Amino acid sequence: MMSVEQLHEMLKKTQEAKGFFFNKEKKRVFELLEGLLINKERYGYMCCPCRLAASDREWDRDIICPCIYRAPDVEEFGSCYCALYVSQAWNEGKIATDVYVPERRPVDKIFKPT
Amino acid sequence: MSRCDITLYALSTCIHCKNTKEFLNGCNVEYKCIEVDTLDGDERQKIIDEVKQYNPRCSFPTIIVGDKVIVGFREDELKEALNL
Repeated sequence: MMSVEQLHEMLKKTQEAKGFFFNKEKKRVFELLEGLLINKERYGYMCCPCRLAASDREWDRDIICPCIYRAPDVEEFGSCYCALYVSQAWNEGKIATDVYVPERRPVDKIFKPT
Repeated sequence: MSRCDITLYALSTCIHCKNTKEFLNGCNVEYKCIEVDTLDGDERQKIIDEVKQYNPRCSFPTIIVGDKVIVGFREDELKEALNL
C-alpha cells in the first residue's frame, strides 16, 4: 500500500502542474490524504474523504479525488470542498480563507437510487 | 446538558468532522458521535435516513444540539447552540 508521503509527493507534482496546490496547513493535508488511502482500501477508489461514498465507482465517479467540483470551487472560493486543494492566492492569504465552501454536488447525485 | 442532547453525525475521514470533534472536546461537553462511513448494511441505511430527516442533503458533519441542527463545522453556530 502506498504511504501518505508517497501519495503526497506524487499528487503534489501532478496537481501543482495543473494549478491546484495543497493547502499550506500540512496537518490538514496529511489527514485528508490518509482519508483517501482509507477510502481506497475500503471502496477500491479514492473517494472524497469529506463525502459519503456509495461504494459504487461509477456512481461516485464525480467525487473521486480530485473531484469534478474542485475546479469550479477553487475558481469561486479559492479552495475545494475539503480545503485539500487551494489556489496559490488562497495559500498566500490574498483571498478570504475563512469561507465555508458549500457542497456543489447536486442533491440527486448524493443518494444512489436503490 | 445531558449526553443525549448532542449528536454528531460524522465521517471518520472528513476534516470538517474532525475539526468539529476537536471543538466539542475543547468545550468539555458530552456528545454522541456516529461515524456513518464505518457502518454497514441496514445499520448504515438506518442512520442515513436519520441524518436525512435533519439535513436532507445528508452532508457531514451534521450536528444536533437539542432542537437545533447545524450543518458543517460552523463554530459560531455551535457556540450559540451550546450557549458558550
